Order: sequence, then structure tokens, then C-alpha cells
Amino acid sequence: MERIGAGLAGAMLLLGGMSVSGCISVNAPDEPIVIELNINISQEVVYRLAADAGNTIEDNPDIF
Amino acid sequence: MNRTVKTVSRLIIGAAAAGLMLAVPASAQRDPAYDAARAAGQIGEQIDGYLGFVGSPDAALRALVEDINIKRRAAYAEKAKAANATLKDYAFTSGCLLIARTKPGEMYQGPDGSTWLKRDSGPPQRHPSCP
Repeated sequence: MERIGAGLAGAMLLLGGMSVSGCISVNAPDEPIVIELNINISQEVVYRLAADAGNTIEDNPDIF
Repeated sequence: MNRTVKTVSRLIIGAAAAGLMLAVPASAQRDPAYDAARAAGQIGEQIDGYLGFVGSPDAALRALVEDINIKRRAAYAEKAKAANATLKDYAFTSGCLLIARTKPGEMYQGPDGSTWLKRDSGPPQRHPSCP
């Protein structure tokens, strides 16, 4: 029983310490934040698809 | 006798080939109204791989472009599936290429996805993810 009490006290001390040191400071960047349209695509994917997409365009001149 | 058979089979093959050539759709060309709207800058290539209106289109142009966009979407969907990619990624990649292929005087969407730019003699401004 005493052991459990000591354990709890230790945990509370630890939590208390975390809440004191848990501050995160955020500094605004100097450059303006530019939001590029909601395009989340890796260059790797684009390069992989480029040749295929080029063929699709060539094969369908009526819609491209 | 053998010769006759050969000649006949050649004739059949020739006729079949001619039939195939006739079967190629004659509509594999741009609609002149589509070409004219592009050249006039009424429509432009968007970065998402579809056509957009630069101003307010009349009903006929709206219908024409919507029809093309539906067909583009179908083509993208089919090819994306075959390439194991998403429709959006495939369409975006196509948009990169289509903007690169615009002719001077035609309109295209800038990398911000909202501004319309007119293609000049230099290379177009494209999204940083474009190949």
C-alpha cells in the first residue's frame, strides 16, 4: 500500500514537471506563407505517369 | 487451282483491311468550335487536367466543353486504373502536359490554380510538381 502511494506521488511529480516544461514556442517565419493550391502529389508519381499521360493525349486528339 | 485459292484469300484479306480502315472513326479530330474557342481565349487549360472558362460562355460553348471534360475524365479514369494511379494524379499530370502544349495566344491556368495566363512565345508557368 505504501509502495503504491509512493508510485502515485512519483507519477504526479513527473506529470507536474512535464506541464511546466511542456510549453512550445512558435515563431512566425519571416517570409510570407504561400499556399499552393491543394495539390498534394509527389514528383515521383508525376514523372512515372508522364509518358503514359502523353500517349493518352496523343491518342485522343478530339478531346485534348 | 492453288493459285486461285491464294488470289481469292488475298482479295479477302485486302477487303478486310479496307473495311478496317473505313471503320476508323472520322471524328478523331477537334471540333472546329472547340479549336476556335481555344484560339479566342474563351477557354483554357486548367492545372487539374480539365478545360475551364475564362469568361462567361454561351450555352453552346458550355455544353461543348462540359462534354469534352466528361470524356477527358473517362479517359483519365481508365488509364489511371491501368497505371495503378489515382484519377486525380493522372489528371494533374495530364494537365501539366496540356499546359506545356498550349500554343501562343491560348489561355492556361497559373500555378496558383486561379489566375488565367495567356501563353506567349516562352515556356508557360507551371506548378512546381510538373515534370
